[in-house]
Amino acid sequence: MITVDKLSKRYGTTTVVDQASMVIERNSITVIVGTSGSGKSTLLRMINRLVEPSSGRVLIDGNDTAREPAHLLRRRIGYAIQGHGLFPHRTVAENIATVPRLLGWDQARVRARVDELLGVFQLDPAEFAGKFPHQLSGGQQQRVGVARALAAEPAVLLMDEPFGALDPIIRAKAQDDLLDIQRRFATTIVLVTHDMDEAFRLGSRVAVMSQGRVLQYDRPAALLTRPADPFVSRMTGSADRAMKLLSLTTAGEVAVPGSSNGPTVAASASLRDALSELVWRGAESAAVVDANGMPCGCLTVAAILAHGRPG
Amino acid sequence: MTQHRIDPLGALVTAVGAAALLWLPFVVLKPNRILPGDARSLIAVLPPSTTIACLACLILVALAALAMSKPPVRLAAALLGVIVVAAAISTAGDVLTPPGNRVVRVAPGSGFWVLLVAVGLMATDAITRLRPRPAARVLMLALFAAVTLFALAHGTFDHLSVMREYAVNAGRFAHEVRQHVWLALGSLGTAVIVALPLGILCHRVPRLRGGVLGTLNVIQTIPAIALFGILMAPLGALAAAVPLAAQLGIRGIGAAPAVVALFLYSLLPVVANTVAGLKRVSPAAVEAARGMGMTSWQVLTGVELSLALPTILTGIRIVLVQNIGLVTVAALIGGGGLGVFVFQGIGQTAIDLVLLGAIPTVALAFSAAVLLDAVVETMNRARQ
Ligand SMILES: Nc1ncnc2c1ncn2[C@@H]1O[C@H](COP(=O)(O)OP(=O)(O)O)[C@@H](O)[C@H]1O
Ligand SMILES: [Mg+2]
Repeated sequence: MITVDKLSKRYGTTTVVDQASMVIERNSITVIVGTSGSGKSTLLRMINRLVEPSSGRVLIDGNDTAREPAHLLRRRIGYAIQGHGLFPHRTVAENIATVPRLLGWDQARVRARVDELLGVFQLDPAEFAGKFPHQLSGGQQQRVGVARALAAEPAVLLMDEPFGALDPIIRAKAQDDLLDIQRRFATTIVLVTHDMDEAFRLGSRVAVMSQGRVLQYDRPAALLTRPADPFVSRMTGSADRAMKLLSLTTAGEVAVPGSSNGPTVAASASLRDALSELVWRGAESAAVVDANGMPCGCLTVAAILAHGRPG
Repeated sequence: MTQHRIDPLGALVTAVGAAALLWLPFVVLKPNRILPGDARSLIAVLPPSTTIACLACLILVALAALAMSKPPVRLAAALLGVIVVAAAISTAGDVLTPPGNRVVRVAPGSGFWVLLVAVGLMATDAITRLRPRPAARVLMLALFAAVTLFALAHGTFDHLSVMREYAVNAGRFAHEVRQHVWLALGSLGTAVIVALPLGILCHRVPRLRGGVLGTLNVIQTIPAIALFGILMAPLGALAAAVPLAAQLGIRGIGAAPAVVALFLYSLLPVVANTVAGLKRVSPAAVEAARGMGMTSWQVLTGVELSLALPTILTGIRIVLVQNIGLVTVAALIGGGGLGVFVFQGIGQTAIDLVLLGAIPTVALAFSAAVLLDAVVETMNRARQ
């Protein structure tokens, strides 16, 4: 658990982050979203002390991060940034091995970890370990960047617009991969983005920032149904807010016992996708099936619509 | 096909070479080391059979230069050309020197030098077309140097005027070469020790950059002679005031002002290239390095300087080649080095003595350039 306690950063007379407070749950993805210049990166960088706070504290599992030398703190916290920041003069394997080497892991352990991570990120070690970053595609570079951030098995991973440089299809894949990675390694991830869709897709909690202040820190659904500030409504967008809300719930969560002779919908599909399918087919209800294709309930248009409004 | 097309560089080399052979003196026969002599063409000097063999070989070289497109063939032809021209001048020396006469001088004439440049140009062009790896280039240089030194040691050119001067100055020559290299490397070494931190500082503190680079730029524009003059007074005063300084060899004239001047000249290229190299380092890589917990020192050495190294080495290469040339001027203020022969030669109007200083200087500078270029390229290849 990370406690951000009245954290502020001032440069001269301008306050870039103003009394930000939030409690970041362990083993989850927390997203900080806001317009450009709102102070997201500064807030994130105060967590690993790349930026020293002007006032306020950061506690990780109750320990004040200011009590430890900054470089030792950072070795325990993963850090991935936009444009990956890979070292161009080092191979993929050497890049990934950076923090384990700093921590003095023995060679065999480093090697095993590099191979494991390359496997996790669908990069064949035999092919990729010896390559240089410039020999990789943009998506591969980004994956190596995240693999490098995870190399020393950090409990916390900070990501600053990690998918900002990717085109939409590769970005969607990278987002799915990140959700898998989070579950696999049970990492506490704090991710910064200016893209509200990305925030909704990844975040179990989302902090909306504007002009250095955290306006609202809540579950995505609550940002839609109970916005704390007009700016939050503007960020989330009011035109398709019902659809956004539907996209936050899966068919499996809403399905009720029963059967339907309408189209089949996967339990993992969002209500938004389920509704789209029903509208397309002109059906009133759908049969929900689990990952093995076994029927596990039914879902009606009325039940879907009930989830698309506040309250 | 390209085989039937005339190679433009080959045409130039052939035309220049033929003109040199026809109209320029291949050797100059001088009654002694100072008086002007009479010009002789290659045909007039060499025995008829040797002349025919020599011309036949050169025609072969010209044909290869004009019509052959394969770089290895062109290189082989160019090397044949170099050997033929060298053999011709060596023979000319032997033929023209009366037995036992140590006063008459056989000097290579302008025709010889132009021919040598022509075949040399063809050789470098062929090597460029071959695109050898850096290690191969260094190997070629080493082979060429070894063959040349072997020929020199064997007395192949002993009857030529420059080697006559060498024979007279043999004892000093080795000493002056060492002094030359020491002055060039010593000033470079001190400059790097100062310029590297200065460049890093200029990179970190952009406000300093304009002032520092501007000042170094001004120093760079001061002519070497003037800079020696400027340094003589304070160094002389220092030696007079501080006996220890004098004991250490610091004086108004001699090696001290030379080293200081070369040091000052060396600063700008190294500082400027350090700044440029560091500027090119991806900010994201530095940010990531810090974010992963590298210490400032680890970021500087492991990321920033590592990535800037090829650019910094390019600056060092510029300085080394520049210094090897400039050290020559240091002889004027008693700094020693190969310039000693150049200025003595000028004083005595003995061109042969000038060449004894100038040719090794050019050879040193050329070798340094090839060596450091190879190092820089190896580095760039390793990281692409
Ligand atoms: N080192 C700094 N000195 C002065 N101002 C800064 C510095 N770093 C960031 N800022 C300012 O703080 C504001 C927030 O920056 P940042 O946290 O990078 O925003 P975001 O990541 O949300 O785009 C910006 O207006 C930026 O200009
Ligand atoms: Mg930012």
